[in-house]
Amino acid sequence: MTTTTAPKPKSMADYAAEFGLKPDEYQVILDRLGREPNYVELGVFSVMWSEHCSYKSSRLHLKKFPVTGDRVICGPGENAGVIDIDDGQACIFKMESHNHPSYIEPYQGAATGVGGIMRDVFTMGARPVALLNALRFGEPDHPKTKRIVEGVVAGIGGYGNCVGVPTVAGETNFHSGYNGNVLVNAMCVGLADADKIFYSAAPEPGLPVVYFGSKTGRDGIHGATMSSAEFTEDSEEKRPTVQVGDPFAEKLLIEATLELMATGAVAAIQDMGAAGLTSSSVEMAGKGGLGITLDLDKVPQREENMSAYEMMLSESQERMLAILKPGREADGYRVFEKWGLDAAVIGETNTSGRIILTHKGEVVCDLPLAPLSDDAPLYDRPWVEPKCEPELKLADIPAPANLNDALLAMISSPDMSSKRWLWEQYDRHVMADTLADSSTGHDAGMVRVHGTKKALAVTSDCTPRYVLANPYEGGKQAVAEAWRNLTAVGADPIAITDNLNFGSPEKPETMGQIVRAIDGMAEACRELVFPVVSGNVSLYNETNGVSIPPTPTVGAVGLLKDYDQRAGYNSLKAGQVLLLIGATVGEMGSSIYLREVHGIEAGAPPKVNLKAEKRNGDFVRDLIKTKAVTAVHDLSDGGLVIAALEMGLASKVGVELKNPSGLEDHVFAFAEDQARYLVGVEDASAHALLARAAEAGVPAQVVGLATGADLIYAGLSLSLSSIKAAHEAWLPAYMGAPT
Amino acid sequence: MSFKAAVLVFPGSNCDRDCKVAVERSTGGHVDMVWHQDTALPAGLDLIVVPGGFSYGDYLRCGAMASLSPVMAEVVKAAERGVNVIGICNGFQILCESGLLPGALMRNNTLKYICKPIELKVENHNTAFTQGYKPGQSVWMTQGNADGNFVADADTLNAIEGNGQVVFRYVENPNGSANDIAGLMNTRGNVLGMMPHPDRAFEAELGSDDGATLFKSLLNSALTAA
Repeated sequence: MTTTTAPKPKSMADYAAEFGLKPDEYQVILDRLGREPNYVELGVFSVMWSEHCSYKSSRLHLKKFPVTGDRVICGPGENAGVIDIDDGQACIFKMESHNHPSYIEPYQGAATGVGGIMRDVFTMGARPVALLNALRFGEPDHPKTKRIVEGVVAGIGGYGNCVGVPTVAGETNFHSGYNGNVLVNAMCVGLADADKIFYSAAPEPGLPVVYFGSKTGRDGIHGATMSSAEFTEDSEEKRPTVQVGDPFAEKLLIEATLELMATGAVAAIQDMGAAGLTSSSVEMAGKGGLGITLDLDKVPQREENMSAYEMMLSESQERMLAILKPGREADGYRVFEKWGLDAAVIGETNTSGRIILTHKGEVVCDLPLAPLSDDAPLYDRPWVEPKCEPELKLADIPAPANLNDALLAMISSPDMSSKRWLWEQYDRHVMADTLADSSTGHDAGMVRVHGTKKALAVTSDCTPRYVLANPYEGGKQAVAEAWRNLTAVGADPIAITDNLNFGSPEKPETMGQIVRAIDGMAEACRELVFPVVSGNVSLYNETNGVSIPPTPTVGAVGLLKDYDQRAGYNSLKAGQVLLLIGATVGEMGSSIYLREVHGIEAGAPPKVNLKAEKRNGDFVRDLIKTKAVTAVHDLSDGGLVIAALEMGLASKVGVELKNPSGLEDHVFAFAEDQARYLVGVEDASAHALLARAAEAGVPAQVVGLATGADLIYAGLSLSLSSIKAAHEAWLPAYMGAPT
Repeated sequence: MSFKAAVLVFPGSNCDRDCKVAVERSTGGHVDMVWHQDTALPAGLDLIVVPGGFSYGDYLRCGAMASLSPVMAEVVKAAERGVNVIGICNGFQILCESGLLPGALMRNNTLKYICKPIELKVENHNTAFTQGYKPGQSVWMTQGNADGNFVADADTLNAIEGNGQVVFRYVENPNGSANDIAGLMNTRGNVLGMMPHPDRAFEAELGSDDGATLFKSLLNSALTAA
């Protein structure tokens, strides 16, 4: 249980353990201070040194990521990453997890996840323009799953819809590996002028520190610590550590923050997220190489008699901390009053290099800032090479008894079935710039850059079963698939944000997954010139010693310079020929086919050849930009036949496929070889296109024709309407929705 | 003349910019944003738009608090003078709460927020808002709300139907709205409320430009009147 009441006479060492500090970590604090910390100071140390805030287990390995590039304006380390999208405009984005809270309190956990990630983006001066989410739930039959799905989806919608930012893309998986720990990863993408980006470092001493937004209450106290620990049976008792969101307050906060920034009064700004007032004030002063004093009596408070400890550790939502330029307080108050927000000057920057807090006339905390960040623990955790699934022999892959039944089983499975029930609860069109969303038949969401011909393409990707089977290849695949999805709509992939969800880093096997997945991701980022500009690490996703499947989610952003040159899988036309771009050797390990048709979760995942990925992707993107094709779909879960039927369903036209490969029919149909796309072209231009592919060294072959109203392949023959019915039925039926 | 419109802004409005852009691009007109606490509207307006969103967080009853804001008193007066007023989504709820339109919007019968493109039938094309549509035309717009279920008592519904006040009807009723009503006007014909968003359907790349016809109709009405 979290201690929120006045301290009882326990030793500080006892409290340190309670707050999640290891004995040797506590010893470092004693050494640095040369004395015992008091209760408030201990609280400050414990949240700043939590896994969530300090990245102590992952920092060493995160250094492997490429973080610079021609378009990178600001890489990891700020609230969000910033990329150049030409014409003096910038895109600011980040993905962050809210896993632990969403399991304990699904609605508020998910809602505040959305709110928190939006604040990270508008804190830097961007107007949020798109939201995405990556959700991993337990198996459908688990007693908690349905309630969690209901709450998480309602929470995401309830928050994003009210604030008025479209939720344009996402992904959803169900697997028993998440029974005890769901994953809710939310991503926000914003737009700003490249010369009006705001940072958190305090620039000079003597400036007023202004608190604005909602009042501080006793919610979410020690949330960052809770998120840095495993769950046990009594995790429900952690409910008080979950924050409560108010999307209306967030909407006012966005408008007020952007308006305040436009006045020119802001010198530095930081939202109060994890670890609330503690991390925002420590980071702002620390990054600026300054010191800070705060008078906690001035903090707007929702409840009476809050202690200094509670105020510093509260994670009440919708709060900001700004450092204003000299004498600009009046600009601030004018804006805050207009938007009806609480605000107060609560402190000042100085040159002390310390954080000094006063409360009721007493100094309650006086710490040097340097140790809080510089001496934060950094662990080279022991790890072992993760066990990887062996390659399967193609001859050992069983054929289905019946191709029709196999296909229906796949497309009606929880992972593959339509997620319409979810995304129809998300406003996907507010802001009136949505070109592509979950409903339109595109591999990535697309929003116009307001008032221009440019558009941003956004996607979120990870295939946890691949990462579990081989963390290195799976890590590569997560990055490659995101790159491919952006490519498939015609965008130039620019950069990614990563959301690394794993179990306990204190277990060498899990640490091995972390290390090798990062290795794979980093290699893919380098080869595809796809730097990491922001990210979040969520560890200790395990319950009673059982870890989640390793899930390093990749959120990615691409740029279309002219959205008239865009593609989707919704524009296939009757009479068009289907070309398969990319080679098929028959990668069946850890495939959807094996899992859903034969109940086998085994085998090495598809190998990712990054050279082929780049070459094939660049070729397809060039086809789109030259308007040679508009009907494009990447091949992923379920392989060729699934991709073809998704194209057919979205375009309302049947597809006749053939197997020119020499592989067995079920293998060619459902293999999950990477670096592949399906494109639709007019019969007359197919020949020229094949020649263009040959010239570029890109494997390409004719595999079918758009015609009629059925899906036909080898022994398979099903009407699109029966496929659609099977595809759409599972989730509403599971959630008990009226049909 | 240039078409002149005002879009109201309440705390929590989130389609205010969408409405401004939709009107500007559809009509080439000028749009002023009017803050909820303002006690005067710009002079010479051809249209007042009450936009969608979550005014005051929808925390009391959708539109209830906004209907009591200072600017709404001015909107009521302007409507009485004959100025055209359109309320979209939350704006429709506000117009009902302010008494400019009959009935009320209740929670969808699915009990969920519903966001999807939706087909409407133009039920009355003899209005300032719809004269650009063909009689009975099928149009597509998107819808996004949790409280779009139009209700009214039987007498009110009979009157609405009898007076030709129903302007748009759902082809497939998504939320339980009485008589499939998606949009309706006052008896005078200058105040329209609708749940679907013409302000998200004004350019083909948004999936439909059928909403632009509504704003163009208002432009033509203004030109004819001038």
